Amino acid sequence: MLRIVNLTKHFDDLIILEKFNLTVPSDGFTVLIGPSGCGKSTLFDLLTGVVPKDSGEIVWEQRRMNHLGRNAAYMQQKDLLLPWFSLLENALLPARISKTDMVKSEIKARKLFRRLGLAGFENYHPAKISGGMRQRCALVRTLMFDYELVLLDEPLSALDAITRRSLQALLLMLQSDFRKTILMITHDIEEALLLADELIVLTPAPMRIRKRFALTSPKPRRMNDPFLVELKERMLELLQEDAGLIIR
Amino acid sequence: MKYPAVYSTAAVLLFLFLWEAACRYYQVQDFILPVPSRILTVAITRAALLAPHAGVTALEVIIGILISLAVAVPLAVIMFAHPSVEKALAPFLVASQAVPVFAIAPLLVVWLGYGMASKVLMAAIIIFFPITVNLLQGFKNCDPEYRVLFQLMGADFRQSLRLLLWPWALPHFFAGLKVGVAVATIGAVIGEWVGAQQGLGYLMIQFNARLQTDLVFAAILWLSAMGMTLWFIVGWLEKKIVRWKFER
Ligand SMILES: Nc1ncnc2c1ncn2[C@@H]1O[C@H](COP(=O)(O)OP(=O)(O)OP(=O)(O)O)[C@@H](O)[C@H]1O
Ligand SMILES: [Mg+2]
Repeated sequence: MLRIVNLTKHFDDLIILEKFNLTVPSDGFTVLIGPSGCGKSTLFDLLTGVVPKDSGEIVWEQRRMNHLGRNAAYMQQKDLLLPWFSLLENALLPARISKTDMVKSEIKARKLFRRLGLAGFENYHPAKISGGMRQRCALVRTLMFDYELVLLDEPLSALDAITRRSLQALLLMLQSDFRKTILMITHDIEEALLLADELIVLTPAPMRIRKRFALTSPKPRRMNDPFLVELKERMLELLQEDAGLIIR
Repeated sequence: MKYPAVYSTAAVLLFLFLWEAACRYYQVQDFILPVPSRILTVAITRAALLAPHAGVTALEVIIGILISLAVAVPLAVIMFAHPSVEKALAPFLVASQAVPVFAIAPLLVVWLGYGMASKVLMAAIIIFFPITVNLLQGFKNCDPEYRVLFQLMGADFRQSLRLLLWPWALPHFFAGLKVGVAVATIGAVIGEWVGAQQGLGYLMIQFNARLQTDLVFAAILWLSAMGMTLWFIVGWLEKKIVRWKFER
């Protein structure tokens, strides 16, 4: 279980988080959805220690820590691939740095490349592939970390509908087969409804929880499920309620 | 501009033609300003005389570059890793830029003699500053988001240096090296002017004293060819090593 208690972060006089609280159950798929600029990416940065927090507590599996550090794999909103390495070398970077068995890692990476539709592009350099492919490669790299907690910041945003579908299935498998705890940011309401065990709607900055929805229907789900259709309407209303609220 | 080489070649040929035509029309004497065709003829027919001296100068420049690299690269790394070292050395680096290094050529000859050592050192000192500063700048130029990524992957400084900072700084490094090889050649020649027994600079002084102006120009031609060859070698190395940058 991940517990965030009274987390506070100001950028000068811009208040992003003020005593923000959130609990994320283990093995769950929790999806954060909220207006652009409300502080979602900043929350992940604080959790992973990319940006230092002002105050508050981060508790992972009963342990209080300054930041999650090596307990979480973090896929940032930007793909951050290294242009001088091939896709495979990029994906193997975590293994190389942690001096993990390279042979095993390569087998794993190649499997993920096939699974994410990148087979045949292992030796391409990032400059030569599309944005969606780069994003998938960044996802492979994130999945190469063997951490229980996975933080995904809009991991599928640059993908076409078909690839997105199959990667949503991959994320579900990740949760069910590898028992990972997934915390994902998305702007796509349908994606959120299809994947989430719990859906958290956030307010504009300073970020607070606007509403939580528990989704218990079995996965994989389909959008024609009346319950989801109904929920989608309610969420759209909710997100539009705040005046001047932008939904991408 | 699809064929930039066509334009530059045409401009050079036009310049040479005007030079030749003007000298012939005004009947300028050879010891004042020889015509280009004569310079070229002399440069070729007297190759047996010029080549060994050109070899000496080239060797001075190349050894100078290698010595400079051997000091500049580690120094840039140390200055990047320890800002206090950078601050401490900053006055020296600025001074080495402010004091015209050519001015110390006579001193180097006094200290190191008429042999190659003084010229090698001259070339090395001149090239040292652009390489160090460019490399350091390249390290600093590295996108902080990538540094954070490496931090999240648990990379130590050496891993970050090898996999991230060094490749990142390479284009800067080569920019410095390209400037460097051009001035290093000048440095070696000035060293030879001050006092030497061989080298193209030494030959130029000898020819000049005997009013063999065509040979002076022939030596300059050889020198230019040498400088350009070095420049192209560096450019070729850059294309080979920083291949990912040119393959967009
Ligand atoms: N390092 C920083 N310094 C100052 N302000 C920052 C910094 N990082 C983020 N911000 C500000 O914090 C706010 C929240 O940014 P954040 O990236 O967390 O939003 P987000 O919810 O992820 O938005 P999006 O959905 O568009 O990705 C923005 O107004 C942004 O300008
Ligand atoms: Mg964001």
